[in-house]
Amino acid sequence: MPKSLFEKVWDAHTVRKLANGQTQLLIGTHLIHEVTSPQAFGMLRDLKLKVAMPHRTFATVDHIIPTDQLVEPYGDPLAQAMMDELRKSCREFGITFFDRASGKQGIVHIVGPEQGITQPGTTIACGDSHTSTHGAFGAIAFGIGTTQIRDVLATQTIALGKLKVRRINVTGKLRPGVYAKDVILHIIRTLGVNGGTGFAYEYGGEVFDHFSMEERMTVCNMSIEGGARAGYVNPDETTFSYLKGRPYSPKGAAWDSAVAQWKSFASDADCYYDDVVTIAAADIAPTVTWGINPGQGISIAEAIPDPTKTTSVDEKASIEEALAYMKLKPGAPIKGTKIDVAFIGSCTNGRLSDFQEVARFVRGRKVAAGVKAIAVPGSQIVALQCEKLGLDKIFSEAGFEWRAAGCSMCLAMNPDKLIGDQLCASSSNRNFKGRQGSPTGRTLLMSPLMVAAAAVAGSVADAREVFAVN
Amino acid sequence: MALEKITSRTGRGVYVPGNDIDTDRIIPARFMKCVTFDGLGEFLFYDVRKNADGTNKPHPLNESRFKGATLLFSGANFGCGSSREHAPQAIQKYGFQAVIAEGFAEIFFGNCTTLGIPCATASRADIATIASAIEANPQTEIVFDVAKQEIRFGGQTVKAAVRETARDALVNGRWDAIGELLEGVPQVKAMAAKLPYLAA
Repeated sequence: MPKSLFEKVWDAHTVRKLANGQTQLLIGTHLIHEVTSPQAFGMLRDLKLKVAMPHRTFATVDHIIPTDQLVEPYGDPLAQAMMDELRKSCREFGITFFDRASGKQGIVHIVGPEQGITQPGTTIACGDSHTSTHGAFGAIAFGIGTTQIRDVLATQTIALGKLKVRRINVTGKLRPGVYAKDVILHIIRTLGVNGGTGFAYEYGGEVFDHFSMEERMTVCNMSIEGGARAGYVNPDETTFSYLKGRPYSPKGAAWDSAVAQWKSFASDADCYYDDVVTIAAADIAPTVTWGINPGQGISIAEAIPDPTKTTSVDEKASIEEALAYMKLKPGAPIKGTKIDVAFIGSCTNGRLSDFQEVARFVRGRKVAAGVKAIAVPGSQIVALQCEKLGLDKIFSEAGFEWRAAGCSMCLAMNPDKLIGDQLCASSSNRNFKGRQGSPTGRTLLMSPLMVAAAAVAGSVADAREVFAVN
Repeated sequence: MALEKITSRTGRGVYVPGNDIDTDRIIPARFMKCVTFDGLGEFLFYDVRKNADGTNKPHPLNESRFKGATLLFSGANFGCGSSREHAPQAIQKYGFQAVIAEGFAEIFFGNCTTLGIPCATASRADIATIASAIEANPQTEIVFDVAKQEIRFGGQTVKAAVRETARDALVNGRWDAIGELLEGVPQVKAMAAKLPYLAA
C-alpha cells in the first residue's frame, strides 16, 4: 500500500503499542538546550538512570546566551547557572556539547542541519516547539516537554499518538519580493493558528520543489504556529546536496546507501492524505502580522482589520483584544506604521541566505534615525560565513548592530529585549503578548527583507518599493 | 512507584476567558531562567495579572472569591505556542488539578497528561453555562469525572471529552509513561540495528 513519508518514518521507528493505545516511538536524534533540559537531567538523577544513547544526543546553548558578551561569567547569574548546569550534565552523561569554545554553537535548529545531524527518514525530538524546522529534510521532528526529554534521555523513546497528515501544495511561482516567510505566514493565516492541531503538515508543490533547504526550514519552522506539531518536505536532490560532506553526514559507501534509503522514505505518489490543501503562489504577497498571534497577518497592501466588519463573534473579540494590545487603528493601512526596533535573526530566519538576501539590498542604505536595528546570525558558523563574505560590514555600515549567535530578541531570555511598548519589525516566529521581553512590547512578524525595509523607512514598508525589487 | 488513578477531580472552578491563550502568556519566558520547576506557580499568567509595579490588573485569578479554585476553564486552542512544560508546571503548582477548555494545543495537552493534569474539551455553550454558575456562586462544587467524561455541577451534567489515550492513562494510573517505556528498551536496542544512523 502506498504510504506517506510520515507513515514510513513512523513505522520504521515504532517500538510497540503501549497499554493506552499510544505508540512507543524511537527517537533517533535528541537535541537539547539549556532551558528545558536541566529539570530532565534532575529527574534522571532522581531515578538513578543513565542516558540511553549519548551518541544520539546533542546539546547546544542558545536561548539565554548574550549576543553582545562572549566571555563568561555572563552578566545574568541565572543565565550562567543554566549554562553551567548544561555543561555539567553533558560531561556527566557523555553528551556532545556544541558550546562557544567548539565554534559550532548556535540556535539548536540551525546547528542540527549545518552539522549534518538532521537527516531524512529520521525522528528528531527537542524540548522546543520549533523542532518542526528539521522536517525540511524529510525527518519527523517535533517539540516535547521536559518530562518527555527525561523519557528520551532514559529510553531513547517517547509515548505518542499518531498524527494525521495534511498535504499542503503551493503551486506556481512566487512573485519577486515574496519569500518563504510569506508562504508560511500566508498558510497560517489561511488555515488558522489551530488548523493544524492533530496534524503533521507535508509541504509540496512547485514552490517547495524549487526552494533551497534554508527556505524549506523557514516554512517547516513555523508549522507549530499553525498548530501542526510537525511539518516536513520530502527529501530530494536539494536535500542530499545540502547534506553531502557535512560533519555528521555519512561518508564514502555509507553515503550512497544512505541516499538510497532516504529516497525510499519519500511519500509514494498515490499515498493517502487525511487532508489536502492547495494554495496558489501568485496569491501570496509580502505579509505582515498586525496582531498577537501569527495567524493575524495581512498583505502589506491591506488595511488593519476592523472588528465591526466581521459577523463572527470570536473574530470580533480577537481583533479587539489584539488591537487594544497593539495600539493599532482598525481600517488604517499597516504600511507606514512607525517602528522602534528591527530584528533580523532567530531559528526562522537567521541563516546565511537570509543575511545574504538582505545584504544585497541594504548595501549603501541607512537605518532610519531612532530605529534600533540588530542582525543576529543563528550560529557561530553562519556568523563566520557572513563575515567571510563581508556581510557584517554591510549590515554595520547600514546601521545594524552585528551580534554573536543566539536566539536573541525572539524570546526574552537574554539581554536583547524590547522596552516598554516598543514596536518591533521582526523576522522571528511569534508575536504573542510580551514575547519579546517587555510585557507591553509589540511584534510585527515579517520576512527579513521586509524587516530591513521597515528599518530603512522607519516604518512598515513594502520592501519591493523601498529596494526596487523586481 | 504506583501512580494515582485519576478518575475524577472535584473542586471549585475559575473561568479565564479567551481563545489562543499561549504558553508565553501562561508563563512568560523570563521566569524560565531556572533549573527546577519550583516556585513557578506564583508567576502563572503573570503579565496579564500584574502591572509593572507589581500591583494587580483585573484578572479572574486576582479575585479573592475565586481563591482556592482547582479547576481551570478557558477557550479554544489553550496552551498554543512554545513546548515549555513550565506552563503546565505553573498551572499545577498554582493549585490547579485539571483544565477544561474548548480545545488544546497538541504539545501542551501531552505535557499536561504526563504530569497528571487531566484536560477535557467541552462545548462553548457548556463552558459558558459553567462559567455563569461559577460567577453566580464561586463556591459551586464542580465534579470533573474523567472516567465518565462529564462535568457535574449544581444539579447539571455536561459532556467533557478526554482523548481516549489520555483517559486510559489517567484512570489506570499510567499517565507517566517512564515505567512502560523502560520495559521497551530491549526492543529499542534490537531495532536500532536496522537504522544505520543510530550506529554508535
